[in-house]
This record gives sequence, structure tokens and C-alpha cells, in this order.
Amino acid sequence: MSRLQVVSGKGGTGKTTVAAALALALAGEGKRTLLVEVEGRQGIAQLFGTEALPYEERKIATAPGGGEVYALAIDAEQALLDYLQMFYKLGSAGRALRKLGAIDFATTIAPGLRDVLLTGKACEAVRRKDKKGEFLYDHVVMDAPPTGRITRFLNVNDEMAGLAKIGPIHTQAQAVMRVLKSPETAVHLVTLLEEMPVQETADGIAELRAAGLPVGRVIVNMVRPEVLDAAELDLVRTVPHTAVARALSSAGLGGGQRGGHAERLVDPLLAQAAEYAERHTLEQEQRAVLGELDLPVDQLPLLAEDMDLTGLYELALELRKQGLS
Amino acid sequence: MSQEPQTAADPDARSGRSPAPTLHVDALLDDPATRIVVCCGSGGVGKTTTAAALALRAAERGRKVVVLTIDPAKRLAQSMGIDSLDNVPRRVKGTEDRREEAPGESAEPGELHAMMLDMKRTFDEVVETHADPERAAQILANPFYQTVSGGFAGTQEYMAMEKLGQLRAKDEWDLIVVDTPPSRNALDFLDAPKRLGSFLDSKLIRVLTAPAKLGGRAGMAFLNVGMSMMTGTLGKLLGGQLLKDAQTFVSAMDTTFGGFRTRADATFKLLQAPGTAFLVVAAPERDALREAAYFVERLAAEKMPLVGLVLNRVHGSGATRLSAERALAAAENLAEPGIVDQADGNADVRNSPETDGSSDSGPEDAAADPDRPVDELTAGLLRLHAERMRLLAREQRTRDRFISHHPEVAIVEVPALPGDVHDLTGLRDIGDRLAAGHTELS
Repeated sequence: MSRLQVVSGKGGTGKTTVAAALALALAGEGKRTLLVEVEGRQGIAQLFGTEALPYEERKIATAPGGGEVYALAIDAEQALLDYLQMFYKLGSAGRALRKLGAIDFATTIAPGLRDVLLTGKACEAVRRKDKKGEFLYDHVVMDAPPTGRITRFLNVNDEMAGLAKIGPIHTQAQAVMRVLKSPETAVHLVTLLEEMPVQETADGIAELRAAGLPVGRVIVNMVRPEVLDAAELDLVRTVPHTAVARALSSAGLGGGQRGGHAERLVDPLLAQAAEYAERHTLEQEQRAVLGELDLPVDQLPLLAEDMDLTGLYELALELRKQGLS
Repeated sequence: MSQEPQTAADPDARSGRSPAPTLHVDALLDDPATRIVVCCGSGGVGKTTTAAALALRAAERGRKVVVLTIDPAKRLAQSMGIDSLDNVPRRVKGTEDRREEAPGESAEPGELHAMMLDMKRTFDEVVETHADPERAAQILANPFYQTVSGGFAGTQEYMAMEKLGQLRAKDEWDLIVVDTPPSRNALDFLDAPKRLGSFLDSKLIRVLTAPAKLGGRAGMAFLNVGMSMMTGTLGKLLGGQLLKDAQTFVSAMDTTFGGFRTRADATFKLLQAPGTAFLVVAAPERDALREAAYFVERLAAEKMPLVGLVLNRVHGSGATRLSAERALAAAENLAEPGIVDQADGNADVRNSPETDGSSDSGPEDAAADPDRPVDELTAGLLRLHAERMRLLAREQRTRDRFISHHPEVAIVEVPALPGDVHDLTGLRDIGDRLAAGHTELS
């Protein structure tokens, strides 16, 4: 299992949730994972119901089985100041740079420097060792930018190494790229069984592969339960209205005769079944597309309630069952 | 939390819904004073589709419209004829004249034009328009420029707004509908131009571009020491070549454009103008509505005119009187044939269950009973309904929470469709639903 797990996905597919569940799943007995956020949205804090995360590694949950999950919201500005401090021992000069807008420049405008700092910090956590010489974190899970930007984000170090031909940034960029392109890293894409996210997933995988970045798995999120099977879906189209009315009536839902309580339920219920059937067909089409990607596909169920810690644990167990950890 | 809202049993009143003003989409689109509609919202809530549907509706109601989409689904783009990347608006074929009143002699039917933003091309155009050919070539070849224009954080947002400014300046359309990029932070499209503008106007840039000027003044000597140390640091950090490229880039851009800030400020003012209408798009999900609430607050703080919230993918049911609990209980009744006979007098409409249903419910018995497949299907229909009712309740809670925090925001709800929208017919359908202004019972 790769030590750096990057989780991307189209907006709205729940990649933050999946990243968090994965971090929990990977924190098995006595293991420690770090969940990192790079987009400054505080999605992890919201998910775990904690206050905004500082730029500091902090324990946020105990995993089922006793492992620990730490979280870190990487802030590009702070990472740059750290970096300057580390290499140049800049105290007040760092502050002066900030005053002049140089930090702002470097982190927002300078091509990709921001992304270099973010990926760099994550890779540093991957490689960090404790006093005994063992890795501090067994796994680092990154809640990464969305599918449309992921390749550029991860590959930015290559571009940066090309732009900055010498100097510490160049060296740093190359070191980061060595981790990102190695089997130590796996990039997972989260999708829904809908056309656009699936298409974007397929495009994203092609881009990642072209850039030589290691693609991990496809995780289908929010999979709805199968309520009607194939035979029932066939029957929906042909079943006589009156037969359903009789069945509803016999189940205690009122009169099955024309205009009766049960009878008036038939049309709306069959309409809902027709919607279900239509969606089911579309989902099957999307499954077929995903099947062609030649990657392991995992599935996470749609939970009945808004996502909270209980839901996260449930998803984490599901991921473990599917062998993701 | 499977508790039903009290009103689920009351199909007409829906009195549990908090009152929120209704957003009248047609009034907005028909008003000639509406010149720009900006659709914003978090990713995956149907922003692009909403923008396209609004634009189509406005065009078919007689306006001359251009819609700027950022990243449309391939099939939608193809159906609108904008899948080619030439970065200019194209007339969309297949629109209909759906004006309500008979058009007067002078009144021309509306038109729909559409385009997909090509970020790099837009940036190149800006350079080509404002620089002499020689300088333009110099900028376009600069590695710094190539990387920035290729789409690092903020560029897409900036270019979307730049394109909006260009379209508005052309004055060829009387309504512009804009989709916004799926941003890292929801309002990057507002912040990016400002950031870029203020940065390029900053002290740092003046230092990078004209160190000699500063050095010449005696009073600035101390500052100059700091400056050279700083450019030195930056040089060490980024590598000398990169710094030099950056300097060339910035000075070329700066002198050519007469300041990015002016442009960014102009865009910002355009967004604040009375003819601009912001629509926040969301789905009835916690995260999307949280993001929507943030938008509402930011827009207010920036004095950007918000006209309302489009709530996409709202589920409905034609059988709200049947609660999830009752549906599940009834489904269980059907699943266990032995219990069926306890149902109230329906012996006249179906075979007596005692004779064929109350024995062992083994598979062979089930197969022997001609009603079994229908009973099982009906049980499935009821379970499906229970699931739908729970979803409805959850959506309503989420929506009510938003309304209680922002009771002033007008809302229009768009019912969920089972599939994606790929063509003008689908967009027209969405437009009708947007204009209907409430959840149709499906």
C-alpha cells in the first residue's frame, strides 16, 4: 500500500469525505495516518466537527481498531515562511517580504510555487522519521485539488524544475517529484455514477498516466442501494395498475378500488419506479465506462444522513472490507 | 433522525416549509435592465446547466443573449455547437421563438450565442490587443507567461472575468449569462483579479522592475539595502533565470497594459453595476448550501447584487401523504404473505390469502402464487417510496436551515431529473422548471 494516498475527484463527488474515511481506514492497530488539506477550505474541520485546523499537525480521531488520525491544513504562505526560515534563517526579513507582498506574490502568482510548497510539505510528512528512525506516519492521505487540476497540481514540480533551472527550489521540486512518481504514491479518483464525473474521471486518468503519475483506484461514492432487481424493473413496465392497487390495499393502505386510497398511490409509486429505472440504466452505462479503465473500482454507499463522524467510520469500515487499507 | 416532518401527511399545505420569497426567473430575464447574470456556486451543483438553461430561455423570450460557459459537459457543448475551442461566441441553432405576446413589427426574435472559455487563448488575446506586435511576441514567448497563462490557480477566474468584460464592451448582446469556474474557494473569481491587480501594482513590482529609480534617491538608501537583499533572496530562492524572466514578464505586462489594477477594478465595478444579477446555485445538500450561504454573505459584503438562490435537484413525490414509516410497514406486510390476511377487508378484490398465502412461504410456494411477483414488486415500490420520503425530509431540513439564516434570499427550486441534460430540449425543460418556481409533484 503506497504511503502517500492522493484523493481527487470532481467537485461534489465527496472527495474530502472519502479522503477522511481512507485516513481512518488506513489507521489500523497502532498505525498513524496524517490527513492533509491543501485548498484552505477547512473541509476536514467541518467534517470532523472540530474548530478550524491550524497549520499544525493535530490528532483529530481515533480509528476503529485503535489507530490515530492526525490532520493538517497546509497553508502555502506559512509553508513558504517555514521554508525560508529553514534554508535562510530569515527572521525579520521574512516579515519584510510579507509586507512587500512578496509572499503573496510567491504563493499566488509565481507559477506553481504555491503547489510546489503544498506538495512539498506533504512529501516531507511522508518521509519524516522519528528518533528511532521509523516513519512518523504510516500513511499520508491528501485531500487534493479536483480532477480537472490534479495532474497539473502534482506535476507542477516538474514544470517548476524546468522553470527554475538552479537553486533550492529546483532541488526541492526534483525531490518532490521523485516521491510523487514512485510507487510510494497512489492517486485515487472519486466519482459518482453520473455522466460528467465519470467522463472527468476517465479524462483525469488519461492525463495522470500521460504525466507518468501513479494511478491508484477509482472510488465510486454515494452508491444508492438496489431496491428493485432486474425482474422487478421489467415487471414495472407491464404490471397492471389494478394488480398493484390490490397489493397495496392488501398491505393495509386503504381501498384498492378506483379512487380508493391505495389506488391513488399507484401512479405516483410507479412514476418513482420509472425514475429509478431510468437512473439505473444510466448508472449501468457509467459502470461500463468505469469498467474499461482497467483499474480497481471500490464502492461506497450513499448514507441516509448528512455526513458526520458515525458516517465516516461506516465508510472507513467499508473501505477496509474492500481491501483498500 | 428518520422522524417525519409533521406536514408530510398533509399534501396540500406544506405548511412546515419556512416561507422564503420566490425568485421570479422570467421577470429577471425579461427585464431589459438586466444585462449580466452571473451564476455562482460550489462544484457539482449544476451551475453550467443552469446558466445555459437561463440563457436559452431568455433568448427564446426575445432577448439577444450570449452565454459564457467554463467547462460544459461534452455532449451539452456539442449540442450547442460550442465544442470547438476558438474562444468566440457562436450562434446556437435550433432555438425557438417562444414569446408570449405576438411580436410587434419591429420586435426581432431573440438569439442565443454561446461560447466556452479558452483560458490561454483569452490571455493571449489580451496581450495581442494591448501590445505592439513585437512586444506581444516577446511576452508570449516568455516562459513565465506561458506557465501563468496555462492555468495556475486564479488564472481561469481572472480570464472568465476578463472575457465577461470583453463581451460587455462589445455591446453586441443585451444579456450576458456567465458560468463561474469550479473554484478552490467559491469566490476566487472575485478575488483573483483583485489579487493579481494589487500585486502587479505593488511595491515589490516597482522594486523588481525599476530598482534604479529607487536607488537614486538619497532618502531611500536604507530601503534600497533591504530591497537588494530581498531581490537577492528571491533570486536565490527561485533561481536567477526565473527571477529575470519574472522581471521581464512583469515589466512587459505592466507597461503594456497601463496597470492590471485598472482592468481588475473595472471588472469589479461591472459586477457591482445595477444591471448585474448574481444567482447562487446550490443543491439541497449540506455542503452545497453552506457554500451558498457563504456566497450570499460575501456578495453582500462586496455590494454585489444578489437576486436569489437556484436550488437544483430538489426531489418531490406524488404520494407525500404516505409516510416512510407506513410505507415500510406495508412493504413488510407484503413481504410476509402470512400477515397479509390481517389487512382490512379486501377479500372481494383479491384471492383469499388464507388459501394460498398463509402456508410456508418457500420459494416454490411463492412461484405458485400468481400474485407473489406483484406483491414483491409492490413491496419494492413501497421501499423506494420510503427512501424518497426520507430524502425529502432531509432536503427540507437542509433547506429550512438555510432559510432561517437567510430569510431575505428569494429561492427557486428545480426538481431533480433522473439523467443529465444534453440538448436544447433538456435545457428548455430546465428553463420551464426554473420559471415555474416551485417543486412540481412528480
